Amino acid sequence: MNAPVKSFANVSIAVLPPVARLNLRIAPANLAAASAAFGLPLPTKIGQGVVKNGHAAWCLGPDEWLLHAPEAEQAAIVADFAKARTKAPHSLTVISDREFTIAITGPRAQEFLTVACPLDLSRMAPGTAKRTLFDSAQVVLIRDADDAFRIEVWRSFFPHVSELLDIALREFACGL
Amino acid sequence: MLLINCPYCDDALPELEFAYAGEAHIARPADPSKLSDEEWRDFLFIRSNPRGLHAERWRHIHGCGRFFNALRDTVSDRFLTTYPAGQPRPDVTKLEAAE
Repeated sequence: MNAPVKSFANVSIAVLPPVARLNLRIAPANLAAASAAFGLPLPTKIGQGVVKNGHAAWCLGPDEWLLHAPEAEQAAIVADFAKARTKAPHSLTVISDREFTIAITGPRAQEFLTVACPLDLSRMAPGTAKRTLFDSAQVVLIRDADDAFRIEVWRSFFPHVSELLDIALREFACGL
Repeated sequence: MLLINCPYCDDALPELEFAYAGEAHIARPADPSKLSDEEWRDFLFIRSNPRGLHAERWRHIHGCGRFFNALRDTVSDRFLTTYPAGQPRPDVTKLEAAE
């Protein structure tokens, strides 16, 4: 049997180590309180992202944000938001264990993702994120750089997405 | 692939991310108990189903998650415009004049 290919010259895929993920729903009028609690100015336009001091936030909907932070800080962040709740009502859900993050990097990463992503990735600026579909699985696609993407996929969809990526990678490695 | 402009994301995105959600601008009667059976049936089931321009609800379910309204031509499948839920149906003659 051939060993599974996890990277070749132009694309590599890797499952990233765990990170604290939180889903925030809050009225845009109260956004300042959430920004203060999380320690960075939350972006206001859908798709935009902000990264600061190891914390990262992306705006996914008119009143929805995805937050990333180091795993060790998760409890402190939840406590900070709980303090802000009386003044700024919101919902903060810990989704750290709901998802895996797959990193896709390399010069042909954008082309590689088109195997199952319907978005026009050439119009997606680095630093932005979008909830979209990967084949039939709902994912959050984060673009870190021109040649670096991350896919946040639910655990139950992970085997499907992972298998698709592996097949696509073998095809790319063969030059198909 | 059909591209649909989400008024909340302010971007034209692939049709796969969206779900159709029936005819738009159908308000639930304020006091259903005062309606006759026929009126209630009409509210629940009777839809216009036009050949041509149709105001309909869509949901950007695999994106921002929001419901919005769209004006679509049911013959050509062309989206004339999309607008946030709660706004009145746009004037078609103005839209066509602008094109």
